[in-house]
Amino acid sequence: MNTKIGMLIQKQEPEAKLSREMLIRRTDGWQVINLSEIYRYRDLVWFLTWKNIKVLYAQSVIGIGWAVLQPLLSMLVFTIVFGMFAKMESDGVPYALFSFCALVPWAYFSNSLLESGNSLVAQADMLSKVYFPRLVLPLSAILAKLVDLGIALVVLGGMLLWYQRPPNLGIVVLPLLVVIMMMTAGGLGMILTSLAIQYRDVKHAMNFLVQLLMYAAPVVYPMSFVPEWLQPYYALNPMVCVIEGFRSALLGTREMPWSWIASGFITSTLLFTIGLLQFRKQERIFADVA
Amino acid sequence: MSSIISAENLSKAYRVGKKQEQADSLIGLLRDSVTAPFRRYRSFRQPTAVENESSNFNDDNHWALRDVSFEVQAGEVVGIIGRNGAGKSTLLKILSRITEPTSGQVYLRGRVSSLLEVGTGFHPELSGRENVYLNGTILGMTKREIDTKFDEIVDFSGVEKFLDTPVKRYSSGMRVRLAFAVAAFLDPEILIIDEVLAVGDAEFQKKCMSRMGHIAGGGRTVLFVSHQIGVIQQLCSKGLYLAGGRVAEFGEINRVVEAYNRSQSSEAGNWTVQKDSPNHGKCKLLKLQIGSERSSRGGIISLGGPVCFTFILSQKVKEIDISFTIRDSAGNAISNLDSWRRNQEDQLDGDPSDTFECYIPECPLRAGRYTLDVQLTRNREMQDQILGEITFDVEDGVYRGRTFPYPSTPGPVCFDHIWQIK
Repeated sequence: MNTKIGMLIQKQEPEAKLSREMLIRRTDGWQVINLSEIYRYRDLVWFLTWKNIKVLYAQSVIGIGWAVLQPLLSMLVFTIVFGMFAKMESDGVPYALFSFCALVPWAYFSNSLLESGNSLVAQADMLSKVYFPRLVLPLSAILAKLVDLGIALVVLGGMLLWYQRPPNLGIVVLPLLVVIMMMTAGGLGMILTSLAIQYRDVKHAMNFLVQLLMYAAPVVYPMSFVPEWLQPYYALNPMVCVIEGFRSALLGTREMPWSWIASGFITSTLLFTIGLLQFRKQERIFADVA
Repeated sequence: MSSIISAENLSKAYRVGKKQEQADSLIGLLRDSVTAPFRRYRSFRQPTAVENESSNFNDDNHWALRDVSFEVQAGEVVGIIGRNGAGKSTLLKILSRITEPTSGQVYLRGRVSSLLEVGTGFHPELSGRENVYLNGTILGMTKREIDTKFDEIVDFSGVEKFLDTPVKRYSSGMRVRLAFAVAAFLDPEILIIDEVLAVGDAEFQKKCMSRMGHIAGGGRTVLFVSHQIGVIQQLCSKGLYLAGGRVAEFGEINRVVEAYNRSQSSEAGNWTVQKDSPNHGKCKLLKLQIGSERSSRGGIISLGGPVCFTFILSQKVKEIDISFTIRDSAGNAISNLDSWRRNQEDQLDGDPSDTFECYIPECPLRAGRYTLDVQLTRNREMQDQILGEITFDVEDGVYRGRTFPYPSTPGPVCFDHIWQIK
């Protein structure tokens, strides 16, 4: 006990201020998020993001084209199945445009959720060899996927030109919608990855979960299919406001759905916070279970 | 001057799996298969947590470290020694914040960098330049720090021509050189190193050694784990000897090395694997018997007499490359024997086997204690490696009719030779 007090006194010494000091001991329960440390490792976030982008496309034949192909092929299938066979309503716009406008953000959401959910397992060897704030792994995964989103958005722009549909002023809201999407994917990704490192079943469940989640958002069907009384609850899913916001800004299907954006923003902030806390809580055992 | 590192009663427990209870009936089996997921969930929910004192004596917990306390002053170079499984790696992992102690604490008064592996995070698809930045930032440097040291790093590694080539096209030697170069230019107050010196060719090892000496001499505090006692004695001023997770000896380096060597003597000549490492389908060395007769164990091995090394592996294999290096007590390599380097007298073609024998008809080693580093390789993939754990003693004797009764005669080996008047 005496030594402990002694050390606390030493901490005040001027010469000690020059160097970083640290007390290593067991931590329990919930931890605060050390933002200054993440900031100190910001270059690592950047290089990991760069690595994720480069490695993904380095050895594939059509390279960055995958970012375009995935939503494009889904659109094709959905347009044939839902648009032509099932004659699904599409808010008065061509079904191809209707579904692609939702598939571009959906592809970002699902891919960054899967990537961040896998981020710890994929880099398990690093966890047991060197210390760095583990948060940079899921964070850089969702950042890297922004490149795909950008490319897909360019293709979407091309389609709007082809159909000669100018977007409206609502596009200034798109960055906010992207942030909502990033927080949702990041929050869920952090929860899943901190579980997946310990229970490998989570990985299998994750792919399934992402497929199911798509039907919980108006990707293939219009919002009008959802009963009016259910819509406020339905819109608690942040992807609802993202998709409907995209359609409003780019296709003019409806007024900008501000109330849904508000509830989506709250849910996504909540998810991100819970994700951060859960991740920090689990962080101390990562190296032991990896 | 207060200590730069003070560790107080550090302990670390890992939960190890209990033996599964067998179901004794069909109903039991059914019940077990229903409850199994829950039991498994409970058993590895908190693999490191040991909640209270009473559970300290639970069989489920393996104590990798037990009440380890020591103090290191600024500028000291401390060598950490001990057999495999003695807790060296766990201690380094706690000091470098990779894992948390179960109880106890460490106070560090300086920025820490740890090198438990060279090239952590190296990615084969990235170029040499990109990997330097990625690896450097993983080790805790900022981009600006790397920018200022970049030329030195590249210069030290000697791969400047291939900087923009993906690392997957590098030879393994080049990769290791680049990785070590990044690490060598870390600039922390406390540096923690785990046996990374055993990399690259002899010339590069020398370069690494002098760089290490430079770091050690530069007033930095270094903690250094190695199996090469000679290297430790050369670089370190203090030693920490761990045995079974506890501090067996701590203090002036020669005293610690002496204590370590003394404790090794009781186990000379026969070695059995200590801990159950996960083998991932790999072929492991289970046992090594060193005897003075063919297919024997024990007995006094003497200069000029026969020595037989019997390797017992974890599985029957046909193609295996067993390689071992004999080192003297200072850690200097004397010779390497390798089953891959064959001549007509070797008999290695036959049915798969788990027992291999290497027989030396006339032992050329002088009296002393020798250490073996064993490495098993199959299909160019390393299966197992035991460094610095296996020892055996040799007594002086008669080599090809020449008597060596005096230990003071210099040199660790004898040659077969002929004198003549011309």
